[in-house]
Amino acid sequence: MAEKQQISIDGQLIDFEQGQTVMDAAIAANIYIPHLCHNPKFKPQGSCRLCTVNVNGRTAAACVTPCVANATVENQTKALTAKRTGIIELLFIEGNHFCPSCERSGDCQLQAQAYQHNMIGTDLTYQYPSRQLDASHPDIMLDRDRCILCELCVRASRDVDGKNVFAIAGRGNQANLVVNSDSGLLKDTQLSVDDLAMKVCPVGALLIKKRGFNHPIGERLYDHKPISEVGHHHPYETKQNINKDNPQEDT
Amino acid sequence: MITRMPQKTQQKALAFLSRSAQKSKPTDIIQVTQEAMAVYGVHAGNCLQILILIQQRLGYIPVQASSMLTQSLGLPVSHIDGLISFYAFLTDQTLGRFTLYISDNITDRMLGNQEVAAKLCQQLKVNERTSRADGRVYVGFSSCTGLGDQGPALLVNGYAINKLTDERIMQIAALIEQDVELAYWPDTLFSIETNIHQQDHILSAQPFTGQALALLKKQPNQEIMQELQSSNLRGRGGAGFNTYRKWLYCQQTQAEQRIVVCNADEGEPGTFKDRVLLQNHADALIEGMTLCARLIDANHGFIYLRAEYLFLYQALVETLARRRQQQLLGTNIIGIEGFNFDIDIHLGAGAYVCGEESALIESLEGKRGIPRLRPPYPVTSGYHGLPTVVNNVETYVAACHIVLNGGDWFAKQGVANSTGTKLHSVSGDCIQAGIYELSLGATIRELLKHCGGENAQAVQVGGASGTLVPAKDFDRGLEFDDVSTGGSFMVFSKQRDIFEVIKNFAEFFRHESCGFCTPCRVGTSLSNEILGNIANGQGTPHDIERLTRINELSSSMSQCGLGQTAHHALGNALQHFPECFTKRLQTKEHVLALDLEQEIVRIAVNEREH
Repeated sequence: MAEKQQISIDGQLIDFEQGQTVMDAAIAANIYIPHLCHNPKFKPQGSCRLCTVNVNGRTAAACVTPCVANATVENQTKALTAKRTGIIELLFIEGNHFCPSCERSGDCQLQAQAYQHNMIGTDLTYQYPSRQLDASHPDIMLDRDRCILCELCVRASRDVDGKNVFAIAGRGNQANLVVNSDSGLLKDTQLSVDDLAMKVCPVGALLIKKRGFNHPIGERLYDHKPISEVGHHHPYETKQNINKDNPQEDT
Repeated sequence: MITRMPQKTQQKALAFLSRSAQKSKPTDIIQVTQEAMAVYGVHAGNCLQILILIQQRLGYIPVQASSMLTQSLGLPVSHIDGLISFYAFLTDQTLGRFTLYISDNITDRMLGNQEVAAKLCQQLKVNERTSRADGRVYVGFSSCTGLGDQGPALLVNGYAINKLTDERIMQIAALIEQDVELAYWPDTLFSIETNIHQQDHILSAQPFTGQALALLKKQPNQEIMQELQSSNLRGRGGAGFNTYRKWLYCQQTQAEQRIVVCNADEGEPGTFKDRVLLQNHADALIEGMTLCARLIDANHGFIYLRAEYLFLYQALVETLARRRQQQLLGTNIIGIEGFNFDIDIHLGAGAYVCGEESALIESLEGKRGIPRLRPPYPVTSGYHGLPTVVNNVETYVAACHIVLNGGDWFAKQGVANSTGTKLHSVSGDCIQAGIYELSLGATIRELLKHCGGENAQAVQVGGASGTLVPAKDFDRGLEFDDVSTGGSFMVFSKQRDIFEVIKNFAEFFRHESCGFCTPCRVGTSLSNEILGNIANGQGTPHDIERLTRINELSSSMSQCGLGQTAHHALGNALQHFPECFTKRLQTKEHVLALDLEQEIVRIAVNEREH
């Protein structure tokens, strides 16, 4: 039998299998590394950079860094936490995240990360973007001003749903989520509320229409537990969930 | 997988790309799109090259062309839109029959490019960054076009014009007003100088017409690799990876095919030494690539040529064709049975990030230039997953000299961990801007003496992503272990305001960030905005703390070198030239982001005007 391979995360020794990333090994060992663009269901891409850790003294995104035997990983250090808070601030100011009026409030991973990191506010300048809103689809709304470019919907639609509805266009601060149809509108795609792409948006960019604020305060994902304990759940996750949320569908 | 025939492709592409072809050609969208597809072949991977041909012929990529491509190439429409919106020189709308981009690096600004733009616009009765109502002309700006030694410079429909004197500005304006097609513009406008002021073995060498390749018949490959090893050659693009090891790792990776790529995408502001090598020593480059192909067992090569160097395309095609005739390229090279290797030229389309080797490979595959995750490195998994060597122009040229003259000969020049010579592209405040070939390890002071830049208060070494070195540190060495450089050397005299330099770099990085990762995408945008506020007198001491924090975030958290280095010069400037920031700051702690009174006035004025 092959010798057990291990890495240490903040001093705790954990096992890993060949090919696992630091994030994979951490999740398996129940160690939380903050992240937004990562979801174990999809190929990792490492774009949000929230999961940045120190591996043998070098910074690396945990979700895309393969484990090497005996590596020393630092995760919860003061310096890293401060930098992660900075990343969350950058994401907040880049878009329009009006938490009190957002339907995803309490169910939102960006907001939950802010709480997790004790972010109270930011002194960085809000950019107040004014990107095109797409309400053309009968059941779905896309508010690009709340999009954090995690590409989870891109990956879900392309790799699992097989519909390839989303992509990223533009460069730099003009990068934005685009819809893959001649009109560029959601109504001309096959996107449906049952697609996995609808159940991965970590923020309030992709919302189901004709319903709102269905989870009362107290029943939202992060009302009682921080994101580090809730794991990869999503408010639209199960069919039952959607039916429960939408009384019209019950009849 | 690779079935192209480079010679035929290049000949056909010339009909779209050479300046002499820029005359009454068909502009029917369907016909042009079909012809462009026929040049490279109907394959999704050729999408970017096809788009470049269409852009060059029509001046834009019409929706009709895009939708033909989506159908023929089997690509989603978002893929084409993604490419057009990523590469700066691709547009989905006509900007003008004559589209002018004025090079906007800090050295261009020091040479008066803003005045050039104003004069051109005045002559042509058009506003900057706006198409003229009759669709004749557009005057915009671009990142550094690689003519820092002969600026101010511009690109007209992709072709470079240097030294924009008043006389030449009037001449250009007249040609545009008379609607003269580019093929009939005087050649004198397009002659690009080499400005070589200091040469050593690389720049003084005779053309390589097989001398180095001939040694493949006399020496086993193993021995030639040993010469490379003993030379201790390190990559000239800036990162300085050991070339022998790169080639060895690639050769040792099991694969049916391997790829040799030349990175001729020198986008680092202030660099132009690869342009001069391509102008004067293309044979050495191609011979170096061919040697590499033999040593790592590759059949296919690419030269990734930056869009700004389109004017070099035709000469490169001709050199490649001549070398095929001389049996120095193609099949059974120098008579060795089975030594087959050929080179495609792939054009860039205006994206600095494509100088990063994995982004360059993405671009070669016809995609947006988003840097890949590493590992795997290109030597094990590069172009379409094949083991790929990516080296800078200067590296292949140096390798050629090493094979011919031996590794020990090469290692005698330079210093311990930085052997050989280095080409420096010198621009800015000096008497003689141009190219200087010096042994590695030469000090900044020595180079300043050569170029007549002793009055400098600082130099920017290695481009916008490099190091801002103040005068007190001019005895530092230009070598990998001290002030490392890819070859850009911009000189700033005591009369210059370093703030203007930093502001220009911030604009550059905001424009060139690929947008993939958070710290770079948002960080470059924010720092540019804050520096803009400081420039407008709206800055406070608190802004300096913000800039410092953004620098820390992007340098430590970004995915690739672009974000990691984007604020490096800013950090140097805050350390060495704090007064150029502080003198602009308001003394109060806080300035409102929104001044309500000013805003009301602005809106009122706007409404009155429209």
